[in-house]
Amino acid sequence: MEPIEEYEDENSLELPAEPMRLNMGPSHPAMHGTIRMVLDLDGEIIRNVDVQPGYLHRGFEKSCERGTWSQVYPYADRLNYVSPMLNNVGFSLAVEKLLGIEVPERCQVYRVILGELSRITDHLTCNGAMAMELGAFTPFLWMIKVRDWIWDILEAETGARMTHSFGRIGGMAKPPRPQLKDDIRAILPQVERVLTESEALLIRNRIFIDRVANVGKLSQKDALSLGITGPMLRATGLEVDVRKDNPYSGYETYDFEIPVGHQGDTYDRFMVRLEEVRQSCRILQQAIDRLADDGPINVSDPRVILPEKEAVYHTIEATIAHFKIVMEGVKPPAGEVYSYTEGGNGELGFFIVSDGSGTPYRVRCRPPSFINLKAAEVFLRGEMIADIVPAFGSVNMIGGECDR
Amino acid sequence: MGEVTAVLGGGQSGFATSKFDALLGWARKYSLFQYPFVTACCGMEHMATAGARYDIERFGAGAPRFSPRQSDLLWVVGTITQKQAPALKRIYEQMTDPKYVIAFGTCASCGGFYDNYTTVPGIDKVIPVDVFIPGCPPRPEAVLDALILLQEKIQNGDRDPVVSAPRPVSPLVQIGLKPTDNT
Amino acid sequence: MSQLVLERLRARFGEKILQTSSFRGDDEAIVAPADWLEVATFLRDDPECAMNHFIDLTAVDYPEREPETPRFDLVLFVRSLVKKHRIRLKTRVREDQGVATLSQVWSGGDWTEREVYDMFGIKFDGHPDLRRILMYEEFKGYPLRKDYPINKTQPLVEYRDVGPSKLAPFGGDMGNPFGRIDWLQRLGGANRQVSPAIAVQQGQKKTLSSGTEEKN
Repeated sequence: MEPIEEYEDENSLELPAEPMRLNMGPSHPAMHGTIRMVLDLDGEIIRNVDVQPGYLHRGFEKSCERGTWSQVYPYADRLNYVSPMLNNVGFSLAVEKLLGIEVPERCQVYRVILGELSRITDHLTCNGAMAMELGAFTPFLWMIKVRDWIWDILEAETGARMTHSFGRIGGMAKPPRPQLKDDIRAILPQVERVLTESEALLIRNRIFIDRVANVGKLSQKDALSLGITGPMLRATGLEVDVRKDNPYSGYETYDFEIPVGHQGDTYDRFMVRLEEVRQSCRILQQAIDRLADDGPINVSDPRVILPEKEAVYHTIEATIAHFKIVMEGVKPPAGEVYSYTEGGNGELGFFIVSDGSGTPYRVRCRPPSFINLKAAEVFLRGEMIADIVPAFGSVNMIGGECDR
Repeated sequence: MGEVTAVLGGGQSGFATSKFDALLGWARKYSLFQYPFVTACCGMEHMATAGARYDIERFGAGAPRFSPRQSDLLWVVGTITQKQAPALKRIYEQMTDPKYVIAFGTCASCGGFYDNYTTVPGIDKVIPVDVFIPGCPPRPEAVLDALILLQEKIQNGDRDPVVSAPRPVSPLVQIGLKPTDNT
Repeated sequence: MSQLVLERLRARFGEKILQTSSFRGDDEAIVAPADWLEVATFLRDDPECAMNHFIDLTAVDYPEREPETPRFDLVLFVRSLVKKHRIRLKTRVREDQGVATLSQVWSGGDWTEREVYDMFGIKFDGHPDLRRILMYEEFKGYPLRKDYPINKTQPLVEYRDVGPSKLAPFGGDMGNPFGRIDWLQRLGGANRQVSPAIAVQQGQKKTLSSGTEEKN
């Protein structure tokens, strides 16, 4: 509803008014974990917002310095915990870049499969949670239902529903199961069905559109200067995706598109994520057709990959190799390297510094959520309090990645 | 911030002292209003427990109230950092009696593997806890088991902390009990 | 990464680019802290480089390099949207040395510089709002420096007494010596600490919580 003309100029009302400071968080239902926002309000309009992250700072970077290179995987999993395989693959690629090795093709396809499954869960969770906070509880339940089915597949593959810790330097922990292809072929139509059903409920819904369209607009120039990447940047209209610009793990051989938005508002971000789920399904379809039924999964380098258990029990060379890798750790050459992949929220980079020993000297995670979160200060100015809920939900701030 | 006040409604050891207490326990245990204090990865399993497959609603514990004044079960889900600890303590103190606390996940129970400068090693260092759920993250089945455990404790008026562990059908697993032949 | 950018930098700044390198496909240039802002602005404004997409800003601590070389490596990652090339720009900063802020060049520098200040203690001149971002205001010290012990907590809320926590035979469970590399021992000096388990075994009285004593 448009305001009546004569009340548009607040000064004419002659009511005393001063800005109010309101605190949202750190424990707040719409804060997706823990973020504190201190709002300077003028009535319902936000004049200034001070976003304060850090309530989930768990010391990822410091903890990595006290173990071996392989002991980083559990910590890396818990960075973007809705899409843990993407973090695993990202870190594996970083150390492999430093070592200068490349994994066999079967492993690359396997990584793509598990990574895209994780990406689907990430986008479904984000969109589902955003819809739920606007009052649409049903799409959330449907998306969680499908997410549980995907987690069943991942559990059968990796042993855990979330936080798999399945990546290894130079490969994966175990080869794919024979039933993986059938499982994925069975789930892809279900994902498509849930997307169609949720769209039917949401994207032509007057209430939903009113709450998300033209809310939280971000311009391309602002986005680039802030360092935004991922679905938030694609929603502003720029076609930037690490999988297309700097392909890794064989992404250049898959046929998929990058959905882009028009004006960078919350609706665009929602739709970009929805479309990306469809594109991920497309990639999965191609990948499982391509996955070989046999062949090596790991690089056959004994300095990097643990030897077979049978060999460890029966030969001394394998025992020694196993001992050295476990006790001293994989030893990449001294140097630093920055390797980046497309995470659920954007460019997930790992800047690793090695001093030649088995312990990492520095593992820096370039966190897409943290850098994307600064945009909230920019696009929330001038919006109303109720707009924070969908706009902030569309940033997909994952606390583990933002605060590390 | 001063001492955490003692909790009313139930003795230290417990059995329901009267039929009225039993009725009160029954009413409380099947109508728990939760305050989901969700921080980290365990929040995903919390969502899954609230989803259609595991459905915590059928236990009566599905209604989240985002105000501490209106809730009686504080789910501390995920890692609590030193920065977050004052907020957690404040939320607990703002809840009205009788109130119960579930420490969901290893990070909330004991700090998990984040043994560093920034993590509180278990929320029982900050607030009293009724049930600990180990797991990183715990499976929704473990969460439901912990909820049933809590419901049994509420019925009995028991306030000793317990850990939700795989167990045969009753008896309650408690810290301090000697192991018997059938456990 | 891009050789073109390195060549443009060398052509424009000459001697001010102290060192360039390429390792595993990553291109890097090192400048002095005094030229940090100028080189960064050039990277953004030069039409050949056109680095308008900010990626990351971080630091690495090498305390053993002192006093010949400054201990902190401040690292900037930027990318060009149009040309699709990247560069890594580095400078070396001492502990009390301030360096110019990049938040006016790319707004992404704002929070990343706050994080570097929070974790390492490097101050940025001209930053609009330099305060801690990941840790709380009352925290003293800079956690990611090598001489900050990983398990030194500074609790905001006093811990409750949670009953029996003493495990035989050493008393309270203070855990193992943390980490594979004991940085405090490696850096030497008065901060040298011994795990209480080992201290008791060796008959020493000095444990983690006691202060430093002077040896006669």
